Amino acid sequence: MNPYNYLYVSAILFTIGAVGVVVRRNAIVVFMCVELMLNAANLSFVTFSRINGTLDGQVVAFFTMVVAACEVVVGLAIIVTIYRSRRSASIDDASLLKR
Amino acid sequence: MTTSTSLVYLIALPLFGATILLLAGRRADKWGHLLATALSASSFGVGLYQLSQMLSRPTEERAVGQKLFSWINVGTFNVDAGLLLDQLSICFILLITGVGTLIHIYSISYMSHDQNRRRFFAYLNLFIAAMLLLVLGDSYLNLYVGWEGVGLASYLLIGFWNQKPAYATASKKAFVMNRIGDMGLSFAIMIAFATLGTVSFSGVEEASHTASKAALTAIGVMLLVAATGKSAQFPLQAWLGDAMAGPTPVSALIHAATMVTAGVYLIIRSNFIFDAAPTAQLLVVIVGAITLLFGAFIGTAKDDIKKALAASTMSQIGYMILGAGLGPAGYAFAIMHLLTHGFFKAGMFLGAGSVMHGMNDQVDMRRYGALRKFMPITFITFGLGYLAIIGVPPFAGFYSKDLIIETAFNAGGIKGILLGSTALLGAAITAFYMTRVMVLTFTSKARWEENQHPHESPILMWLPMAILAIGSVTTGFLFTRGDALANWLNPVFGEHGEEHGTEHLFEPIVVSGMALVAVAIGVAIAIVKYQLAEVDSVAPQDVSIFTRIARKDLMQDSFNEAVFMRPGQALTALLVKGDESVVDGAVRGVGRTALGAGAALRKTQTGFARSYAALILIGAVALLAGIWVVTQ
Repeated sequence: MNPYNYLYVSAILFTIGAVGVVVRRNAIVVFMCVELMLNAANLSFVTFSRINGTLDGQVVAFFTMVVAACEVVVGLAIIVTIYRSRRSASIDDASLLKR
Repeated sequence: MTTSTSLVYLIALPLFGATILLLAGRRADKWGHLLATALSASSFGVGLYQLSQMLSRPTEERAVGQKLFSWINVGTFNVDAGLLLDQLSICFILLITGVGTLIHIYSISYMSHDQNRRRFFAYLNLFIAAMLLLVLGDSYLNLYVGWEGVGLASYLLIGFWNQKPAYATASKKAFVMNRIGDMGLSFAIMIAFATLGTVSFSGVEEASHTASKAALTAIGVMLLVAATGKSAQFPLQAWLGDAMAGPTPVSALIHAATMVTAGVYLIIRSNFIFDAAPTAQLLVVIVGAITLLFGAFIGTAKDDIKKALAASTMSQIGYMILGAGLGPAGYAFAIMHLLTHGFFKAGMFLGAGSVMHGMNDQVDMRRYGALRKFMPITFITFGLGYLAIIGVPPFAGFYSKDLIIETAFNAGGIKGILLGSTALLGAAITAFYMTRVMVLTFTSKARWEENQHPHESPILMWLPMAILAIGSVTTGFLFTRGDALANWLNPVFGEHGEEHGTEHLFEPIVVSGMALVAVAIGVAIAIVKYQLAEVDSVAPQDVSIFTRIARKDLMQDSFNEAVFMRPGQALTALLVKGDESVVDGAVRGVGRTALGAGAALRKTQTGFARSYAALILIGAVALLAGIWVVTQ
């Protein structure tokens, strides 16, 4: 199978994620979209690894997964805290820092 | 040069008095005036001692110096604070401390009702100290310190009654106009240092033999500017009339006898510069000639007795400056006129003070009249001064003024005739306005206001007047006896001293004759106009344009206002506007730009995470697109 098809899938996933981050208000959904973008990137890394026949891309994919896991831990904690204090998970409501 | 250790006491004594009186405050009210008078008198005593020491030495060793301390020591610029007492300064020392002491005595009584009498005496002592420093300094820089000191004392004393705004303004005016002159002196010092490398009198004298004529002319002109400021000469003469706001003893001491003659001293002390710079010397003569007529014209129209005397002072100093500008021939005569003038003018001012004392501080001569009967001593002393100033032989002014007129005629060519005629005309006008003062005050019919009880002043006031009157009678005769003063001063004027009297336009007796005729004409006109005719007790308004102009001091204030003050104000306004729009504008513009940029950029900070994310996305896409375009 042509490995370039994986790259197309990766591009589609990334676009979906990016659009989701920009258009959705719910913090959880935005968060999931961020994960989608990270995984799209991972897919690209693995694909390039495969195309080039080296393991570098696969190693980086592991790093990305670790970072994503950390990010989920911290990010979800923040979202939960915001929800507790404001009874809302809308990121448009959490715009107080500009003042 | 011989050194002396006692010169410093001349200055230290009155300076000590001023310090004590100013620091002790009200505690010194009871005895302050006595201390000040005693210190001034002891300074006079030191002066007499110095004179006796000087007389005991041979002519060439008469000058003595004293180095006080090393003042400025920077690279090639070395100035010691040093004093120099020679035949010229001793004349001034005795005049300043002698007349000064008499005026201290007079002021004890004159100022007895003033609750600030102690402060007055402190300033008087300060003035004496500063004036002595001025004439004792052995370099232009030391002289400058005294020069500024007398300016300060003059300012403080003119504005002594500064609770009256007009008086405070008068003192400010005197100060500001003096500053212009002081600037001339500081320029002269700077030029002297830049071109000759020294500022001491002996150093400059030595360097003047080899220095360029342009430099000497520049120094001379700047010194003349200084002299016009301090001595109220044209064109910086306008402050003297207003300076009469000060108490009368101040007018007598500072604005008649001593401080205003400092300019004459400066020019004569710098004789080596003016001898080597004929252009500057010619300017001196012109200034003197203009001022002697200028002051005389103002004097004819003044009804305020003190202002009439002030105008006369201006005119008489014009004679001195004229004499000083005539070169070696005139130096001694200028000093002689300065000394005799110190006596008779101080005496007349004290007389005027005595009249004011008896007339409830009335100064308008049109409100005087017939005071001869009520103030016989004042009348006699004032009268002797009057005879001296108009130049009736054998009174002092006859000798000194006559010699200046004679020297002016002998200046040679058309210049001599012009200067001589000017001086002669000045003598006639002087006779006219002084007779007018005399007649209006003492001999014409009484024109007093209600409730006037003229009375003679106490002995503390008339005694100094009497002593000064004796001086006005005798000094001229004494100074000219065998050319005593001229011979005494000649060593100061170096090798030039012997040159005078080479050519004669008129014989001395002819000049004296012409001067006496001029004086007689002036006196006669004044007597006809004021003694024989009725005098209005209020100044008439339907007078000729000349009288009007003379009453307004020949428009000196209007001129200064139109030519200097208004354009100066306009310039200041322009500069303020320039400062506000250009300098402040630039500063504010920077701030405003930063603020505007901030306000514009702040709009992008919405606080919405999604818009930030969108911006990042757009940026990344744009970046990638850019890379793609470039690499294609």
